[in-house]
Amino acid sequence: MSNMSEVKLSIQDVNLYYGDFHALHGITMDIKANEITSFIGPSGCGKSTLLKSINRMNDLVEGCKITGDFLLDGQNIYKDIEVNTLRKRVGMVFQKPNPFPMSVYDNIAYGPRTHGIKKKAELDQIVEEALRDAAIWDELKDRLGKSALGLSGGQQQRLCIARALAIKPEVLLMDEPTSALDPISTGKIEELTLKLKQDYTIVIVTHNMQQAMRISDKTAFFLLGDLIEFGDTEMMFSTPKEKKTEDYITGRFG
Amino acid sequence: MKQKKDRVSFALSLLTHIAAAITILCLLFIIAYILIRGVPNLKPSLFEWEYNTDNVSMMPAIINTIIVVLMTLVIAAPIGIFSAIYLVEYAKRGSKLVKVILLTTETLSGIPSIVYGLFGSLMFVISMKMGLSIMAGSLTLAIMVLPTIMRTTQEALVAVPDSYREGSFGLGAGKLRTIFRIILPSAIPGIMSGIVLSMGRIVGETAALIYTSGTVAQVCTNIFAPGSTLAVHMYRLMSEGLYTEQACAVAVVLLVFVIVMNSLSSYLGRKLVKG
Repeated sequence: MSNMSEVKLSIQDVNLYYGDFHALHGITMDIKANEITSFIGPSGCGKSTLLKSINRMNDLVEGCKITGDFLLDGQNIYKDIEVNTLRKRVGMVFQKPNPFPMSVYDNIAYGPRTHGIKKKAELDQIVEEALRDAAIWDELKDRLGKSALGLSGGQQQRLCIARALAIKPEVLLMDEPTSALDPISTGKIEELTLKLKQDYTIVIVTHNMQQAMRISDKTAFFLLGDLIEFGDTEMMFSTPKEKKTEDYITGRFG
Repeated sequence: MKQKKDRVSFALSLLTHIAAAITILCLLFIIAYILIRGVPNLKPSLFEWEYNTDNVSMMPAIINTIIVVLMTLVIAAPIGIFSAIYLVEYAKRGSKLVKVILLTTETLSGIPSIVYGLFGSLMFVISMKMGLSIMAGSLTLAIMVLPTIMRTTQEALVAVPDSYREGSFGLGAGKLRTIFRIILPSAIPGIMSGIVLSMGRIVGETAALIYTSGTVAQVCTNIFAPGSTLAVHMYRLMSEGLYTEQACAVAVVLLVFVIVMNSLSSYLGRKLVKG
């Protein structure tokens, strides 16, 4: 773990507007490699918006304007990197499991195929590896040809994680990945996330403060578009510096 | 109080049952009537290759119908499907252009088919000098079914969840790949239903064809030759007043035609979805 303290992603004075609405106010923070960083805060605080800017999913939203810089390994993601290359390097897992209406195998192979891998043997290996990494190989190895829509919600979400891992991203963004799942599936995904941080830099948006405490190294607390506090998870939950953070984590609002 | 409510709900359920029964009976009655009148008249002479006034063969009309259906769909389906893709995937949602296009298609689909016939006859047959021909007829029908194909495709595309698009873009796939690999395959059942609807209209159309592809009862030798489809053939037989039995036989064939086409396209739809 020589790169333990390296900055993977640097967010510098980012402002984001949806039309006239000023959704993020001058956010600046550094996300370190091989750490799990969680974004917490009440609904509408901008945490998902910021997450979606990291792999430019906000490009799809009409009237969305961003100022400031996102530097991935020092490269500006809006200027120096082509958007599809960026999304290959920064993968995403969505709030609701969204497997494609095709077989388990084709779901996983979709990403690698998109990026030019055609050989069957190579794809077979990537699919198995991705499913193993997502800790779902044993459950699915006999159902690779079956439709992914027939899986349970928890399996679908782990399939989506495997699908994101199959393109070998460097950063994995997770947008409330367990909010639609039961506690057992949630536990499996949390366990998985802890394992994945050895190889990936993970940013996770969560509504669940216990979840943030259990899995993340750093926590960022957002409120109404401002980054209120950002620091070590343990410190933040035991001795928050800001009054607003304390009010939120002790459940006084939100 | 409770009794009264029960009586009202009983009356309502009775009404719905009667309405459903009338609908089904109408359909069954028409089908039975056509079969009873038509099947005894299905003689081998009706299926001879050459038409003459003795055999009143409908074979040329059957072949023309197949050609017209294929030609019309070959012209209309790509245009309709691609314009729907433009509307849903490329145009800004809710933009003025989209509204204008939707209004236009809605208006187009409400125009009586004889008006298309008039337009086709003036535009394709006379101005563009195609003469009465299968080509002119197919072009006219293509314009006629275009709104149907476009609207059904558009609805099918809109029904594809945005989460599929996000998933695909999120993996670094471009727009083209997302549309052809993810969105279109999920929309195929809806698109197919639009195509089936269109085929039904093409097969059943007379008014738009009489003045564009003509009423000649022979197989068209090339796409610029005239030729009548089954429906037009039937119209001619009935208007001459001498061949009512044969017209009933044609009706049976038309019915079979529609059923075969519907099942064929739903079979194809399933195949495509699997593949």
